[in-house]
Amino acid sequence: MQIHDKPHEHSHSYGAYILVWLALMALTAITVAVAGMDIGRFTVATALIIASFKAYLVLSVFMHLRSETKTFVVFVIVALLFLGISFVLLFSDYSFQ
Amino acid sequence: MSSTTHTTTAHVHRDDVGSRMGMWLFLFTELLLFGGMFLLYSVYRFQYADAFHLAAKELNTIMGAFNTAVLLTSSLTMALAIVAIQRDQKDLSILLQMITIFLALFFLVNKYFEWTAKFHHGIYPGSEELLLKSSGEILFFGLYYVMTGLHGIHVIVGMFLIAVMTRMTRKGIITKDSYVRLENAGLYWHLVDIIWIFLFPLFYLIT
Repeated sequence: MQIHDKPHEHSHSYGAYILVWLALMALTAITVAVAGMDIGRFTVATALIIASFKAYLVLSVFMHLRSETKTFVVFVIVALLFLGISFVLLFSDYSFQ
Repeated sequence: MSSTTHTTTAHVHRDDVGSRMGMWLFLFTELLLFGGMFLLYSVYRFQYADAFHLAAKELNTIMGAFNTAVLLTSSLTMALAIVAIQRDQKDLSILLQMITIFLALFFLVNKYFEWTAKFHHGIYPGSEELLLKSSGEILFFGLYYVMTGLHGIHVIVGMFLIAVMTRMTRKGIITKDSYVRLENAGLYWHLVDIIWIFLFPLFYLIT
């Protein structure tokens, strides 16, 4: 097997991206619709869950994490983990003041 | 690199994976830059929940949703521009990159109208009308201007970056066999999109 330093392989098809775009647009419509409903405390949680799912779609498909090596995925997870730790530490400090 | 049995020399002294990795590392610093602001937002949101709800009513949800759609579409055209260059469709790639720049500009024009509408209502940092409001509302608008403003700067930077890529594509520097620069510009652009994906619900949809 020859090592070939060529650009990494994607599906090279337009279709998958257009599908993801449609999903992102639909999720935007859903998040606006849900915000109009009165579901009390769950409003923020729902909005953040939808936003996270949208971010996941962008990261994995548009930003090609799907087809990158595991190293990239681990890097991203570690970065997000540290941001998460900042939130946990901040709120644990804030709640006990 | 050692197994250069094939005749092409174009791949020597090039490390596309390393290049993309470098871009991702840079994006992590961006994550922390915006992450710090999201931290600030979350604490004040927690502290002044009612004031934030009240203040968010001033924002135009339709305009925000429309701008979200514009930015998502620009992300699509950027991703498609990369597919086009992979398929050696140079003109199509240039067209898609130009559409991306146009959509970015469109986003900024909308933002301009949104901000000036706020200014006309007397809501801008330090304005008399804003200072009469409760501290929670002042904080909401402070965060709104800083976070959407910083995001707007990123949109401007992204536009210039993509414009440089368009020029490189036209000149034949970015080609079917060498397009990592375009990919990296795309990564930056998608990050700008992701940040907006979170800014939109947190500012426009909490009424």
